[in-house]
Amino acid sequence: MKHVRFTSAHQSIAFSRRMMLLGGAQVAVGGLLIGRMGWLAVAQNEKYQLLSENNRVQLIPVPPRRGWIIDRNGKPIAINRSSFRVDIIPQQLEKGRDVVGELARLIALNEDDVERIRRELAESRGFQPVSVADNITYEKYAAVTVRLPDLPGVQATRGFSRYYPDGPAVAHLLGYVGTANAKEYEAEDKNPLLIIPGFKIGKQGLEKVLEPYLRGTPGGQRVEVTARGKLVKELDPKPDRSGQTVQLTIDQGLQQYAARRMGDQSGALVAMDVANGDMLAFVSMPAFDPNSFSEGIGRTEWKMLSEDDHIPLLNKVSQGLYPSGSTIKPAMALAFLQQGVDPKRRVVCNGGYQIGNRYFRCDAVHGSMDMHSAVERSCNTYFWATGLITDPEKTTEMVNTLGYGQEFDLPLPTQRFGTMPSPKWLEKKYHRKWQGYDSANTSIGQGYVLINPMQLAVMPARLAAGKLLQPRLLMTGARKPAPDIDADPAHLAIVRAAMAAVVNGSGTAVASKLPLDSVQMAGKTGTAQVFRLGERGHQGAWALRDHALFIAFAPADKPRYAIGCIIEHGGFGASAAAPIVRDTMTYLFDQQKAWAALEPLEKQWGGSLAERNARQLDAFKATSRANGQA
Amino acid sequence: MITSAIIPRPLARLPWRLIFLVVGIATFGLIVLYSAAGGSVRPWALKQAIVFSGFLSIAVAMSWMKESTIKAFTFPVYGATLIMLIGVEAMGFVGKGAQRWLDIGPIRLQPSEFMKPAIVLALARFYELVPAAEIRKWRAIWPAIALLGVPAFLILVQPDLGTCIMVVLCGVTVMFLAGLPWWLFAAPVAAVAVAAPIAYGMMHGYQRKRIEVFLNPESDPLGAGYHIAQSKIAIGSGGIWGKGFLQGSQSHLDYLPEGHTDFVFATMAEEWGLVGGTILILAFAAVIRWGMRVSQNARTRFAQLAAAGLSATVFFYVSINLMMVMGLAPVVGVPLPLVSFGGSAVMTVMLCLGLLMALERQQRTVSRLA
Repeated sequence: MKHVRFTSAHQSIAFSRRMMLLGGAQVAVGGLLIGRMGWLAVAQNEKYQLLSENNRVQLIPVPPRRGWIIDRNGKPIAINRSSFRVDIIPQQLEKGRDVVGELARLIALNEDDVERIRRELAESRGFQPVSVADNITYEKYAAVTVRLPDLPGVQATRGFSRYYPDGPAVAHLLGYVGTANAKEYEAEDKNPLLIIPGFKIGKQGLEKVLEPYLRGTPGGQRVEVTARGKLVKELDPKPDRSGQTVQLTIDQGLQQYAARRMGDQSGALVAMDVANGDMLAFVSMPAFDPNSFSEGIGRTEWKMLSEDDHIPLLNKVSQGLYPSGSTIKPAMALAFLQQGVDPKRRVVCNGGYQIGNRYFRCDAVHGSMDMHSAVERSCNTYFWATGLITDPEKTTEMVNTLGYGQEFDLPLPTQRFGTMPSPKWLEKKYHRKWQGYDSANTSIGQGYVLINPMQLAVMPARLAAGKLLQPRLLMTGARKPAPDIDADPAHLAIVRAAMAAVVNGSGTAVASKLPLDSVQMAGKTGTAQVFRLGERGHQGAWALRDHALFIAFAPADKPRYAIGCIIEHGGFGASAAAPIVRDTMTYLFDQQKAWAALEPLEKQWGGSLAERNARQLDAFKATSRANGQA
Repeated sequence: MITSAIIPRPLARLPWRLIFLVVGIATFGLIVLYSAAGGSVRPWALKQAIVFSGFLSIAVAMSWMKESTIKAFTFPVYGATLIMLIGVEAMGFVGKGAQRWLDIGPIRLQPSEFMKPAIVLALARFYELVPAAEIRKWRAIWPAIALLGVPAFLILVQPDLGTCIMVVLCGVTVMFLAGLPWWLFAAPVAAVAVAAPIAYGMMHGYQRKRIEVFLNPESDPLGAGYHIAQSKIAIGSGGIWGKGFLQGSQSHLDYLPEGHTDFVFATMAEEWGLVGGTILILAFAAVIRWGMRVSQNARTRFAQLAAAGLSATVFFYVSINLMMVMGLAPVVGVPLPLVSFGGSAVMTVMLCLGLLMALERQQRTVSRLA
């Protein structure tokens, strides 16, 4: 390149040129800025207006009140009580300020709670409120409310909490409600309703299954808020709609009575209306208090419940499976009759029966037995012998028809329906041929036979009605007339008469006659051997005892109600289960007499169910505290 | 210029067009600050009005300075500012923290603010001293780079990226107008263009994330992109005519951070819309054009370069701030002069305008032969 001397003339030209360039660049930048602003404010105005509106207006969902659950007579079983609660919105907390400590002083939180709140705050994702306290007294609520302006991020609200007046008596029927967990939140496409503090969803039982009816639709309070979440003014609200009231077929009084009558025993009782299949009682005891679950259960109480060998957390009605024991005998008798067995046919019971190389021992030496007396006195020998001369496949079919081994169409989250073995089933499941001893075991409700307490009630109900009653829990929906059982009415009469004799003749449950002049109860005892003794670990003599079962219907001549009951490890059926069924049945006909029968018993047990539960919890707390300190 | 028999000559000879523009912009700024405070002169508008009036008086007073006086002061002022910058650095070192100001009795001085006009004047003076023939030589380049580089580095480590960028851009503008060879400006641009993708590839995850957030602020609306996202919402939701005075929900409900300082333009745009924004931008353009005209009409090389550099200072203030609030540049903390609350930006801009007025007065009063 040729070197050119740079003169001031050159410089002047260069300056002008570069000034023009600079000016051009400045104009370009100015144009760019105005263009950009036009793009934002005109072309994208709608989008940004929406975003600004989203910023400004916040929809605070107002949770709907949960629908009530009422019994067949309209008595409330699950209601809502007004409650006060305090929450923290982590996003709105001021940095470096110990709000938790201030709140702990204000509403007297214990160390456990403070630790939980701090942990949840640390784990929280900002938008999700952390519950500080639930169901606090009005005084504490007021104490927080007046200090709210100085406690950024703290929210005190008045809401409603679920209340079950009958407590544990309805625990397994209704389940309980609780705060939605992360999984449930995701499952509902992050429904914002679920993360409102204090909003509870059904977690178990009917509360869970009936969630769509009970929940209702949330309303919304539209408010103008600042970036810090401070409310500026309220805009027009959208009202919420409460959940529907659901009416159950349950009789609240009966439910409570049966639960209390069971005392401290572990068991289940189901009562049914023979006219239409309505379930009047659905009791599994012992049970947790669904009220404590709905408020968030304490660690100690949870520990107590889960360590209890009576398994109060298990719904024994729908999930407990037991050998039916002799309660299968009326169904067996009907099956034998249908297959042409003469009811007059006699089998001599010498105290046992030889099948192949095994000797089966009967409970007693019953002597010569016909069908009526064999049911009445629960003679196993008769059923072993008769089981061997009938077709096990056909027999099982009849027992199935009466309910054993069946799953019912009920609004329950889980239902275990057990087994009613047949040769075909055995071949499929265990790949072996049906043997004589299988017939023998099955005909007295042992071996593979497993039933749940609902089936235990359905069976006497169907026998009593002669109809294929379907158990129901909800009052809604049309009642379909149940079809007749495919059995000769004369055969049914024979079975019913035998069951009436069990209680009123010289049968196994004569001690459990109804204390009523005009009403007789028909029934059948059962005692189921507990096979796998070691299953629950070493728990002493209680766990080694047989299960006691009893099925019944009344009045014996014109049946209206049927009840099935099992008392775990109750021993002989007539001694443990039958009296409970007797008193519960009495309740259906004469409540005063029933309460009169319960009163001395509760005194003997040491107070009502609620009192005993409270005492048990206190005792457990005391022990665990003592253990903790030791 | 107003010529009238009643108005005294010294008053009539003030550059009234510029003063009207500046007072107009500042008044509009005060209205915006009044609204940003929720319809109150406290805490911002009143204080800002006093500060502005004070500096306006100083600027008008400065307009009587002679070019020779300015020249005489150039290097001493530059040197003093540099020493103050070093002082700030030392104090920050002692105080174990970032520091940008010196506490001199009741006054807090931000030396980096003085550096903006000082670097312009120093470079203009330097290139006036360099003979035309030498301009493309190395010895005309390295002193300028040193004059610019040392304070830029000191400001960068304060750390104050916004001011550092401003100082560098003002200095580079003067060097560019002084006629330095093209390659000196093109080469760094090319280097950055080549190096950027490579640097991006070598960055850590969090560094990349920052860049991504700048490029797409909505990707992190609650974190680093919050400022830009909220600012865009404010500007975009204002529409053509705005939501109306005192009706901006973004600023009044605190969604817009720094709504009275760096993001004051968004506060304004939300309430005054595209119309208000355009008028404000055009007003600034008129101020800058006035300064550029002073440069074009200047008769000395110093006045040429200084006037252009001082106008460029105002230009960079406005354009960087606006690009920032509109999401075209990262948030570097440059206020909008005369509108944003805060004394230092007003001071710097009024110093620049005062110097410009002085240079302009020289063009009218001093004869060509001087």
